Amino acid sequence: MELMEKAGKIHEELLKSFEAKIERGDAIEPRDKMPDAYRKHLIRQMSQHAHSEVIGMQPEGNWITRAPSLRAKQILLAKIQDEGGHGLYLYSAAETLGISRAEMIEQLHSGKAKYSNIFNYPSLTWADIGAIGWLVDGAAIVNQVSLQRTSYGPYSRAMVRICKEESFHQRQGYEIMAKMMKGTKDQQEMAQDAMNRWWWPSLMMFGPHDSESPHTGDAVKWKIKRHSNDELRQKFIDKTVQQAEVIGLTIPDKDLKWNESRGCYDHGPINWDEFYRVIGGHGQCNKQRMAHHIKVHNEGAWVREAAEAYRLKKEKQLLHS
Amino acid sequence: MTQQQALYKYCLRLGDDALIQSYRLSEWCSNAPILEEDLALTNFALDMTGRAQALLGYAGQIDGQGKTDDDLAYKRGERQFYNHLIMELPNGNFATTIARLLFTSTFEFYFYSDLMNSADATLAAIAAKTVKEVKYHMAHATDWTCRLGDGTQESHRHMQSGIDHHWMYTGELFETDEVDAILQDRNIAVDMASIQQRWHQSITQVLKEATLKIPAGEHMQSGSQQGIHTEYLGHILTEMQYLQRAYPEAIW
Repeated sequence: MELMEKAGKIHEELLKSFEAKIERGDAIEPRDKMPDAYRKHLIRQMSQHAHSEVIGMQPEGNWITRAPSLRAKQILLAKIQDEGGHGLYLYSAAETLGISRAEMIEQLHSGKAKYSNIFNYPSLTWADIGAIGWLVDGAAIVNQVSLQRTSYGPYSRAMVRICKEESFHQRQGYEIMAKMMKGTKDQQEMAQDAMNRWWWPSLMMFGPHDSESPHTGDAVKWKIKRHSNDELRQKFIDKTVQQAEVIGLTIPDKDLKWNESRGCYDHGPINWDEFYRVIGGHGQCNKQRMAHHIKVHNEGAWVREAAEAYRLKKEKQLLHS
Repeated sequence: MTQQQALYKYCLRLGDDALIQSYRLSEWCSNAPILEEDLALTNFALDMTGRAQALLGYAGQIDGQGKTDDDLAYKRGERQFYNHLIMELPNGNFATTIARLLFTSTFEFYFYSDLMNSADATLAAIAAKTVKEVKYHMAHATDWTCRLGDGTQESHRHMQSGIDHHWMYTGELFETDEVDAILQDRNIAVDMASIQQRWHQSITQVLKEATLKIPAGEHMQSGSQQGIHTEYLGHILTEMQYLQRAYPEAIW
């Protein structure tokens, strides 16, 4: 009994010191003591973030072979590589919490881990590549800028680096849209159509309204999350509306208007039924994205096994030489 | 054939090699066995697209008809492409792609190392940049050839099959014709015989290290330098040129 009490006391003290650290605004590092729930929350969030970067390569990769100019192809190739690099970087950062990349991939395949819902929408035309860069990456940046100050050190440092590249992506997406809006009637229609299809799903990327968000409580207390879903969504809308106007694109929301007293835009109701339907696995591409990832992973098993066998063989040779 | 015509065709051949191989490697996006390889292969595709842009841009200048790099990439038909057949073959599995990359990157390493001494300053400059890139492609392909060749029984079988599959397309890499003769006389083009010798030596060594066999005495395929291709090229162009063909007035 005495031992139990002692253990309980130590646990309490550790939690206090953790919370004091968070309070002071110090970063939590991999070797620091942290509550299990904090660790779990981060693994969930960081692995989801990493998976999103990787799954996002599929809709964009869909257009690499059809990129309409050599310059466009180079930019798209470079962008997708950045996304894959972010995935690697985030997997490594999450590994500091005691989970391996293989385990995270297993959780993705079993459905335990998620990825961003936005990639369950299809990329149908070249303008979608513009819309993904401009709107999807644009929304992601708003979230990621906020995460640069998140309390877990490796995650926060990853975000600083990732944000630099994401802002290049957003510019390339916007450039595609701007070029198309300056182009032929067909191009303009293609751009507006992409805008119409990607606008609402982009707003949904910030998650449910604050009143409905199940993960916000602890995440805010532990300073993993620094701004609420609605605050971030508002920031995105306010910066994007003007960008759309400049190149002549219409935001597909008849209720969108400037609210003088709030100093920001009001927007129409978000279709949360669609959001939950897609999250629930019924988007057009949920099955396609996951089936593809699983198939590629399984088909590559013999390559990974060979690399491991070769490494062991060489290590053995070194030992005996 | 004038020197200008020969140089134009020489640049198209090199540019098309880069363009078409880049197309095939870019198909690996989201399809590689590990994320690191996804990035490596598409990064090579990026290098090659840049090289294609430089070479096709230069071809357009030599031609003097106002054609841009994009015009040459997106508006020529099947019979006006001059890339080697090996570049357009489907990727197959990871070992198949690595086998091709071993053959082509080793060829390109020796080829561009020599082309750095070309009397044509533009080609020499493009070659100097390309050598740095293909050196890395070659090292990567060599490493994987060894890993897969000397890894497990299964990987050995796949790797040997990739080598065997591509072998009959390697002879064409060293073919020469009037274009080479005209430009070699003026110290613009490189000596293919010497490159073939070094290529063969290097490949033999890598395959030995990887416990793989050199395929023996097979007939070599040919035709690309006259624009006679495999059936695969038409499908590549159909996909690659789709937007430019469907919207000829558009600027992207």
